[in-house]
Amino acid sequence: MAYSEKVVDHYQNPRNVGSLDKNDPNVGTGLVGAPECGDVMKLQMKVNPDTRVIEEAKFKTFGCGSAIASSSLATEWVKGKTVEEALAIKNTEIVRELSLPPVKIHCSVLAEDAIKAALSDWKKKQGEADTQPAQSSGAAH
Amino acid sequence: MAIKLPIYMDNHATTPVDPRVLEAMLPYFNEKFGNAASRNHEFGWVAEEAVENARGQIARLINATPKEIIFTSGATESTNLAIKGVAEMYREKGNQIITQVTEHKATLDTCKRLEKYGYEVTYLPVEKDGRINFDDLRRAITPKTILISIMYANNEIGVLQPVEEIGKIAKEKGVFFHVDAVQAVGKVPVDVQKEGIDLMSISGHKIYGPKGVGALYVRRKNPRVQLAAIIDGGGHERGMRSGTLNVPGIVGLGKACEICQKEMAAEGERLRGLRERLKDAIFAQLDEVFINGSMVHRLPNNINISFAYVEGESLLMGINDVAVSSGSACTSATLEPSYVLKALGVGEDLAHTSIRFGLGRFNTEEEVDYVANRVIETVKRLRELSPLYEMAKEGVDISKMKWQAAAE
Repeated sequence: MAYSEKVVDHYQNPRNVGSLDKNDPNVGTGLVGAPECGDVMKLQMKVNPDTRVIEEAKFKTFGCGSAIASSSLATEWVKGKTVEEALAIKNTEIVRELSLPPVKIHCSVLAEDAIKAALSDWKKKQGEADTQPAQSSGAAH
Repeated sequence: MAIKLPIYMDNHATTPVDPRVLEAMLPYFNEKFGNAASRNHEFGWVAEEAVENARGQIARLINATPKEIIFTSGATESTNLAIKGVAEMYREKGNQIITQVTEHKATLDTCKRLEKYGYEVTYLPVEKDGRINFDDLRRAITPKTILISIMYANNEIGVLQPVEEIGKIAKEKGVFFHVDAVQAVGKVPVDVQKEGIDLMSISGHKIYGPKGVGALYVRRKNPRVQLAAIIDGGGHERGMRSGTLNVPGIVGLGKACEICQKEMAAEGERLRGLRERLKDAIFAQLDEVFINGSMVHRLPNNINISFAYVEGESLLMGINDVAVSSGSACTSATLEPSYVLKALGVGEDLAHTSIRFGLGRFNTEEEVDYVANRVIETVKRLRELSPLYEMAKEGVDISKMKWQAAAE
C-alpha cells in the first residue's frame, strides 16, 4: 500500500505538534480512540471567547501514518475558523484531501471526532450547552 | 563500505534466491527442460535425475531418506496435504486433531475446514514465552486423536517449540506428529529421527530457494504414514501428489538445502551475533521496549520488539528504507492485530507497537548499525508525537483510563 504524497508530507513534516495548557479556560481538549485499537488522537484548540475563532491548535497522535496525517491536517484546517465552522468539517473532506484508501477511512473519522470532542470540551468550560451528539472528552483529569 | 538501500530485514516473509541456487536452476528452464515423468527419452531421464538428486539433498538436511520426500508447490500445500491427508486416511481410527494457537494460517485454516467436516480440533494455548505446555498436550490426547501438528519455529516471534519432547509424547500415545518446519529447516539442525517427527512441511523461498516449491517429509518406517492425496491426476509422487514436477524449482530447493547443510552452523552463529548487536543497540538507547517471546528458545536470526507508545505502521513508515514487518492491526489487510502476540498475552496496545526483524544470509554488520540508528531516531521522533508517551511521562496510568473509541 503506497501512501499518498500528502500523507507522507504530513508524516515527515507534521504541523502543530505539541500541547496547550489544558487548564487554560480557553483551551478545549479532545482525546479520542483507544490504545487497543491502535489509534489515539489528542487535539487541543485555543479559542478566542469573544470572536469564537480558533487561534491555536495542537495535536499528538498514536497511530499509523494516515492517522497522524489526518490529525495534522485537522489542526491546519481549524486554525482561523470559528467554532461553528470547525464543527462542520467532515471526515470525507479529509479523505479526499489525503487520498485515503478505504481501509484508512476510519482515521479520518477519528480526526473529525477529535475536533468535535475538543470543541465540546471548550463549550463545557464556557458553560455553553453542548448541542453535538454525545462526544464527551475523555481527557484525563 | 556503502550500504545499499533499501535494506531487507524481513527474511521470515521471504528470502532472496542465493546466486548459487539460481545458477543450479537455470539449465532446467530451457536446456534440460524435460518432464521428469517422461520415461522414454533422455529429456525426461535428465530431469528425473535432477529431481532425485534434489530429493537426496533435502533428505540429508533433515536425516530422512529420499523416498520420504514429496514435492509440492510450497509449504502451505505441504501442510494441507499432511493434515487433510492423515485426516481422510485415518478417519476410521479417529477424528481428533491437536494443534496450537500460534500456528501459521496454513495449519489453522486447514483445521478450521476439517472442523466443518466433523473433525474435532483442540487448539492448545501457549505460555508467555510462546511455548506449549506438556501437561496441556497430554491431557488433550484421546483415543480418537490421529494427529498432533506443532510448528518447529514460529514465523512472527521465532520461538522454538520443544519438538523432541512432543515427538516422544506422540510416539508414546501412538499419534502421528506433523511439524511445520518452514522457519527452522536450514536454520537450526532438524532431525526427523531424533525428534520423532512423522510429517514435516518445508518451504523453498524461506531458505534462499525459489518461490512456488516446497516439500513434505512423509515417514515410511516406525511408523509408516499413509496419506490420502488432495490433488488427483496422474499419481505422481507415489500417488500422494499428482502434477508435473516443477523441475527447476525442485533443483533450486535441493541446492538451497545443500547450501544450508554446509553453512548452517556458521551462519547461525553469525546471525545470532548480528541479532544481539541490533537488540543491544536498541535497548541501550530506548526505554520501554519489550521483547515478545522467549529469548532462550528462539531462532538465532529473529527478534520481535514492542516499542511502547509508538504504533507499528507509523514506525515502518519512518524507517522506509528498511524492510521489516509489524504485528500492528494497521499493517494487516483485515485490521486485526497479531493473533500470535495476543496468544502470548501481549496487550493489544503493545501488539500495535511491535516490529519483527528477520536477519538473513545477506545482511551485514553495517546494515544492522544503520537499521538500529534509524529505528532509534524514528521511535524518539514518534514518541514526541505520541499522546500516550506524554501521559506516561506525566505519570498517568494509561491502563486505568476509560477510552472513548471512535464511532465507526
